[in-house]
Amino acid sequence: MFQYDLAIIGGGPAGLAAAVSAWNEGVRSIVIIERDDVTGGILNQCIHNGFGLHYFKEELTGPEYAGRFEQMVAETSIDVKKQTMVLNITPEKMIYAVNPTDGYFAISAKAIVLSMGCRERTRGAISIPGDRPSGVFTAGTAQRYVNIEGYMVGKRVVILGSGDIGLIMARRMTLEGAKVLAVVEIMPYSNGLNRNLVQCLDDYDIPLYLSHTVTDIRGKRRVEQVVVSKVDENRAPIPGTEMTFDCDTLLLSVGLIPENELTKSAGIPIDRRSNGAIVFDDMQTELEGVFACGNVLHVHDLVDFVTAESMKAGKSAAQYILYPYQHTDQPVELQNGPGVTYTVPQKLDLTAGEAKTDLFFRVNHVIHGGTITVQAEDGTVLFSRKKAHMLPAEMEKITLDKSWFVGHHTATVSIQEGANEK
Amino acid sequence: MTKELICICCPQGCRLTVSDESGELTVTGYTCKRGIEYGKTEATAPTRVITTTVAVTGSSWCRLPVKTAGGVPKSKIFDCMDAINQVTVQAPVHTGDVVLSNILETGVDVVAARTIE
Ligand SMILES: Cc1cc2nc3c(=O)[nH]c(=O)nc-3n(C[C@H](O)[C@H](O)[C@H](O)COP(=O)(O)OP(=O)(O)OC[C@H]3O[C@@H](n4cnc5c(N)ncnc54)[C@H](O)[C@@H]3O)c2cc1C
Ligand code: SF4
Repeated sequence: MFQYDLAIIGGGPAGLAAAVSAWNEGVRSIVIIERDDVTGGILNQCIHNGFGLHYFKEELTGPEYAGRFEQMVAETSIDVKKQTMVLNITPEKMIYAVNPTDGYFAISAKAIVLSMGCRERTRGAISIPGDRPSGVFTAGTAQRYVNIEGYMVGKRVVILGSGDIGLIMARRMTLEGAKVLAVVEIMPYSNGLNRNLVQCLDDYDIPLYLSHTVTDIRGKRRVEQVVVSKVDENRAPIPGTEMTFDCDTLLLSVGLIPENELTKSAGIPIDRRSNGAIVFDDMQTELEGVFACGNVLHVHDLVDFVTAESMKAGKSAAQYILYPYQHTDQPVELQNGPGVTYTVPQKLDLTAGEAKTDLFFRVNHVIHGGTITVQAEDGTVLFSRKKAHMLPAEMEKITLDKSWFVGHHTATVSIQEGANEK
Repeated sequence: MTKELICICCPQGCRLTVSDESGELTVTGYTCKRGIEYGKTEATAPTRVITTTVAVTGSSWCRLPVKTAGGVPKSKIFDCMDAINQVTVQAPVHTGDVVLSNILETGVDVVAARTIE
């Protein structure tokens, strides 16, 4: 059995940043456990640029961004166990893992950071009718094939889903010589950033079909045709609007789900709305000494936010190891009001941690002109700020002073729409 | 001439208006000064950074991610891809190493975007 003060599960940008930050706070016995041959997580396959504008004030590619943190880790004596898969975590903070050199083994740790990232939704998760030929990939799988294995997945491509990963793959496939016939989006708006609509679609004249979805996949062995239909306001396909594309590949970019099997095995309560653990403002879960950050906690679109959140988790874990503390059993509970899908954190501890906290949340529909408000149970408005545009695809961040909440038990985060057009 | 553009320099994606009506090129709608520069270049001679991969030998990796160290003319993107696709690199290679210098006489180098030992 191995013993460490801090064990970090997952060596993506979240795990690397948490490790560096705990080291900087003075923890010296740290292990990062990564199932892959390399650290860096999803960034290894994200070869496009656009990472690090907030954190490094320059535009880096995914591997360069990860490389900066790998370098910081290399300058410490943090242990990095690669090719090591964590199979189980117990409520007593025992970690069971397996790798080619140590076999099956246990690690006990004073504190744990969960940073396992997320995985892609598949066709099964959204149920498209039609045949089951080869040539249907999730966009992330295709990205790994093309960018890491150097293997082109197809020549004539339709992409379902206009989030950033779908848009980035439309450009990537085009640069590699494929013809991208259409990007199809069921919502009346794209889920991707405007900059990606411009530089990934417009630059290459790739058409975007909003309020459309894939209604049939045809082909015996390999995809031969994909049928796309317009949808009504209830997202139901409208008969008679079918368009048929002759293609050999369909890429699905239909969302990401935090990978929380281990979190559940440790008995840690999950928020059904964020799909990640419920956390306090120090990123600690409801299991004392276990922290969570990055895409395993909630899906982020910007790695810079992952880094900031993970630095905080690493710092709190260090505090916990060096000066053990317990959370109050009467935290302020944050609730989701109209317009808000989830918040992270879900709980504020006014008796521990820092005086201010960032609050991340997502809105549940497109909002043009709204006021973000945080209101206590007795109606007192604790925070209010106007914002011109809010999209479900873009995470919102506000900073709260915990002293505003003194004397309150719950507070509701909501969006008041309209009434403040400039 | 008046052009409506979206600045692609950061996730904010400001809506820019570029105009030469006053005799000189003016940009409005930006939030920071990178938007001014982008608006002017985009309206006159647009450029893009290319990110792609090249073959690498002598390592367990088979592709090395690379990028152009600056923007290349938008009209030359596919020609640049053809040139980059001719390159094979021998490991070890370090982030920032030039793998193809002055691609197609653009004055821009293609550099490695990861270290492979
Ligand atoms: C395809 C894609 C494109 C993106 N593009 C951009 C972009 O252009 N700009 C931007 O700023 N952000 C982008 N993002 C977002 C950003 O990159 C991610 O939010 C960030 O990488 C998440 O970091 P993470 O460490 O939480 O997760 P990951 O990077 O997924 O890392 C998790 C790590 O944990 C390991 N792991 C999981 N389970 C176990 C286990 N049981 N045992 C051991 N190890 C385990 C995994 O192997 C992995 O290495 C993109 C994300 C994706 C998915
Ligand atoms: S003008 Fe500045 S803030 Fe606006 S998108 Fe461009 S770089 Fe970003």
